[in-house]
Amino acid sequence: MSLEDYRQQPTVFAAFALPTLIWLLLFFVAPLVIIGMYSFGENVTLVEIKTTGTLDNYARIFQPEILVLLWRSLWIAGIATILCLVIAYPVLLNILGTRGRLNEALGWLWEIADAALNRVGFGQWQLLGESFTPLKMLGTPGGVIFGIVYVSLPFAILPIYSSLERLNHSYLEASLDLGAGQWKTFYHVLLPLTMAGVVTAAIITFIPALGQFITPDLLGRGQVDMIANVIERQFKRANDWPFGAALSLFLLYITFVLLAVRSFYDARRGQNS
Amino acid sequence: MKRNPKKPFEYSRKWSMRLLFLLTMIFLYAPILVLIIFSFNDSRRGGNVVWKGFTTKYYAKAFANEELMLAFTNSMTIAVSSTIVSVFLGAMTAVFLWRFRFPFKPLAEGLIALPIVIPEICMGVSLAMFFSHMGLWTTGDTPWPFNLSNIILAHITFSFPFAAMVIRTRLQSFNREIEEAAKDLGAREFQVFRDILLPHMKPGLIAAALLCFTLSLDDFVITFFTSGPNTVTFPVKIYSMVRFSITPEINAASTVLILLTLVLTFLALRYQRPTDVSHDG
Repeated sequence: MSLEDYRQQPTVFAAFALPTLIWLLLFFVAPLVIIGMYSFGENVTLVEIKTTGTLDNYARIFQPEILVLLWRSLWIAGIATILCLVIAYPVLLNILGTRGRLNEALGWLWEIADAALNRVGFGQWQLLGESFTPLKMLGTPGGVIFGIVYVSLPFAILPIYSSLERLNHSYLEASLDLGAGQWKTFYHVLLPLTMAGVVTAAIITFIPALGQFITPDLLGRGQVDMIANVIERQFKRANDWPFGAALSLFLLYITFVLLAVRSFYDARRGQNS
Repeated sequence: MKRNPKKPFEYSRKWSMRLLFLLTMIFLYAPILVLIIFSFNDSRRGGNVVWKGFTTKYYAKAFANEELMLAFTNSMTIAVSSTIVSVFLGAMTAVFLWRFRFPFKPLAEGLIALPIVIPEICMGVSLAMFFSHMGLWTTGDTPWPFNLSNIILAHITFSFPFAAMVIRTRLQSFNREIEEAAKDLGAREFQVFRDILLPHMKPGLIAAALLCFTLSLDDFVITFFTSGPNTVTFPVKIYSMVRFSITPEINAASTVLILLTLVLTFLALRYQRPTDVSHDG
């Protein structure tokens, strides 16, 4: 299927493209520009913020207590991501291993139902934890990691699923026929072939995990704060919008770096093959 | 050959893999089941492990709770309005990305996908600042439903890229020769769109609408930041109830939300599955 050049039908192109582009400029790009502005500003009065070009808000990110928090967010999100991958990969092998449309539907259901369900699932572990308390989960990093794995698992499932589904099975058969064991085949054939999906899964899990607000808020009980909790405090309680803006932008920069890593990885793979 | 356990992708035959699968399923679904079961528990504390007998009184209590019902009405209003606009914008986006070649296309695609990837908190914060900076902030006495406008705008912004994704997948299966034939037979551009492309897109549009509706209904973080004072949605209300004290009423309210989400997801699935839509295209 060939694409049409936009110059052949400029009015049709404009009619379809403009509403979206205007919407994005207005409600997505402009808000980002505004936090950009505010992050270089300071509170003049309680309600008024002036953009003075100060770098103080960014300097404050490197205060020891904020650095501790950033470091905690990074390792909690990191461990949660690794756990998600370790759980998602074999589970998907299982789903794809059995045959029939049932599994197809199951795979679909899994992705979508969970993505949806997990958004409302935030209260549950709290309910469980308070009554059972055999394991101290509430207010510990372990509890927060557990919660993040719970809500992030669908993000890990999706990319791995699509890369496993496209895999040509004859490579695996060849490897097994030529005498490699299951583990060897997994490590030297299956994993490298699906690595692109794993990298995407890792990044797409890590980004929302790093910015988690509700899980550390409800399960951490103020003991295991992550970046998003501090951002929230600047807006709802501390009333320090410029610092909150700088922190959100910092989180956004991390996101961009990770996305760049992914495109770099894709580009390098493209060259090799 | 079929019985050979060394065949690839037969990992599921191993008991260890099956066990892992089972454990993951329990991990994912046990909390939801527990939540639902204890919404019927006749006990004053939510999540009380001691079963005190079956009751539906907490459902009655949840439905009689005026604030909760107002939050529910708000959520529904927001979800319906944002879904309509999201599907419209998503369809336009999908069509122009699918149909045209134009300069800076990768940039445009990246920009459209960005609301899906950036952390929710960044989007919530930036929209909150934007509304306040532009003087669009709703106050406590803005009449209903205009006090929901900020939330609706925010929800459209994060859900239309999802709609575009779903609809574009559907467009991929469109046979452009049909379009050419119609044009050869004298159909105008708009007629081709209305009579040929739109009917083909329909299952995609329905799936996208159901997806956007669920996303909007369940959103917490972005709503939390963009809602003005005294404007509460269902998830935000449940959150504040959980912070205050945990009662089975929360379980009952969450169960209703989960059921609603499940039904919508099942419907979306039906429309998304290529096997179910093949006979109409």
